[in-house]
Amino acid sequence: MNKLLKVLVLAEHDGAQLNTSVYQSVSAAQTWGAPVDLLIIGKATNAVAKQASSLAGLQRVLRVDAAHLEHLLAEDAANIIVRIANEYQAILAANSSFSRNILPRVAAMLDVAMITDVLQINGSNTYTRSIYAGNVISTVQSLDVTQILTVHASNFAITKQGADAEIVELEAPAISSKSRWLSQQQSQSHRPALSSAKVVVSGGRSLGSAEKFEQLLSPLANRLGAALGATRAAVDAGYAPNDIQVGQTGVVVAPDLYIAIGVSGAIQHTYGMKDSKIVVAINHDPNASIFQVADYGLVADLFEAVPELIASITPAH
Amino acid sequence: MKILVAVKRVVDYNIKVYVKPDGSNVDIEGLKMSMNPFDENAVEESLRLKEKGIAREVVAVSLGNTLNQDVLRHALAMGADRAILVETDAELQPLAVAKLLKAVVERENPDLILLGKQAIDSDAGQAGQMLAALLNCGQGTYVSTINIENDEVIVTREVDGGTETLAISLPAVLTTDLRLNEPRFVKLPNLMMARKKQIETIAATDLGVVAEPRFNVLNVSAPPTRKSGIRVNSVQELLQKLSDLEGITL
Repeated sequence: MNKLLKVLVLAEHDGAQLNTSVYQSVSAAQTWGAPVDLLIIGKATNAVAKQASSLAGLQRVLRVDAAHLEHLLAEDAANIIVRIANEYQAILAANSSFSRNILPRVAAMLDVAMITDVLQINGSNTYTRSIYAGNVISTVQSLDVTQILTVHASNFAITKQGADAEIVELEAPAISSKSRWLSQQQSQSHRPALSSAKVVVSGGRSLGSAEKFEQLLSPLANRLGAALGATRAAVDAGYAPNDIQVGQTGVVVAPDLYIAIGVSGAIQHTYGMKDSKIVVAINHDPNASIFQVADYGLVADLFEAVPELIASITPAH
Repeated sequence: MKILVAVKRVVDYNIKVYVKPDGSNVDIEGLKMSMNPFDENAVEESLRLKEKGIAREVVAVSLGNTLNQDVLRHALAMGADRAILVETDAELQPLAVAKLLKAVVERENPDLILLGKQAIDSDAGQAGQMLAALLNCGQGTYVSTINIENDEVIVTREVDGGTETLAISLPAVLTTDLRLNEPRFVKLPNLMMARKKQIETIAATDLGVVAEPRFNVLNVSAPPTRKSGIRVNSVQELLQKLSDLEGITL
């Protein structure tokens, strides 16, 4: 594998902690065997930078800290990255709504292509990614000098900790002022984060209503200490909020156990869960295509099977 | 206010595609083609802004060969005022799309540019952000509400774990989420009328844009399939199997 000069990883964090996917994107960056720097942008990022400096295999943690970067806008983030981009032959981040908002802007400013949601890095400039909602795997070779990509975090190992990389402060460029942050609405949940949960319970349109979705799936998720997910059909029908949609246009999950309840198994949905270690599907329709990707399939009336399942489970807490 | 809305012609949402036997590409010959679903949301929202009296004109643009006229006719049938086809036989990658759209923006001078958040064929999700970068203007991705207030557009963005509200100075580039709206059905008389409308055609070469590929597709293949699983007949058998075969006790 050809050695690259240097690799930059853009870190996603919430101001207090690094996102788990940073650990995976750093190990993806190490594929090339080149020095890796991690970039942290935000306000009051002391603790996050300290946490990052312990990640194994980092040469430097770059910290760009300013009051106006608290709620990071794509325009400001792109300006910061472009300013240091010429030091790097590859710039990457874990694929998410955060990175996909910023990195295409960076790529266009540098006049290079971007490769979205890389499943595998095959060489200095060759990547495997999926197209058509995961129905086709495509291998592409970039012709650009600078490689910009987002990586499919769950395909990469979690990098070890215990190191002590140097933290370097960089000055923030002037505020771009093309947009202003007004507010945010974080969905409050006592459950684990969907994208990193070990167990996910997911519901489809067969549940029939928002009340039934809640009634049937909440106790099951609570018992298992699981995150709740939903299909697009269930979200569109108003049974579940948009941010728990699993699939091509929602969250991609790869838990140890994925339990699909009343999920038909549309390709757009299975794209988001087919990397799960074990898939259990319960559906009343024996021909539902979810059974083609399920390790264990049960054809049954949801409203009988799920309560029976709940009753049989030893509570998690 | 003038809105430019970019639409892409893709294999219909409901069709499963297969790889050519030689692994060179996806075999889309003879498949039903449609407007990219997210782009349909973008057209719908443009029309709603016009119906509210906020937008004066809605111009749809598509890039590609003459077959792309069908998605432009669909946009016209939905209610777009004009349609532009930037004609090229080249396979356009996101950066080339952004460069061609930038050239169209410079001819049309829209206040707002709408695109779908991603195309369901290439799943790249880059063109809107790239266009905003090339125009050096603000961007709002994955938007689920759009409101115009003075010389700003207020958008709600669907992000991981919730939503975010931004105010973006005009002109701005927005990419649309499915949640934004429910696109209207096109009535037959509208479709007939759209057939008679003129589609302005510009040769991509006349726009002075170098749209060369920046990456080569080496091969495509079918994804690895999950090993076929087993059917169980009861909840108790399911729990038993999970415990015996996977060591998982629920």
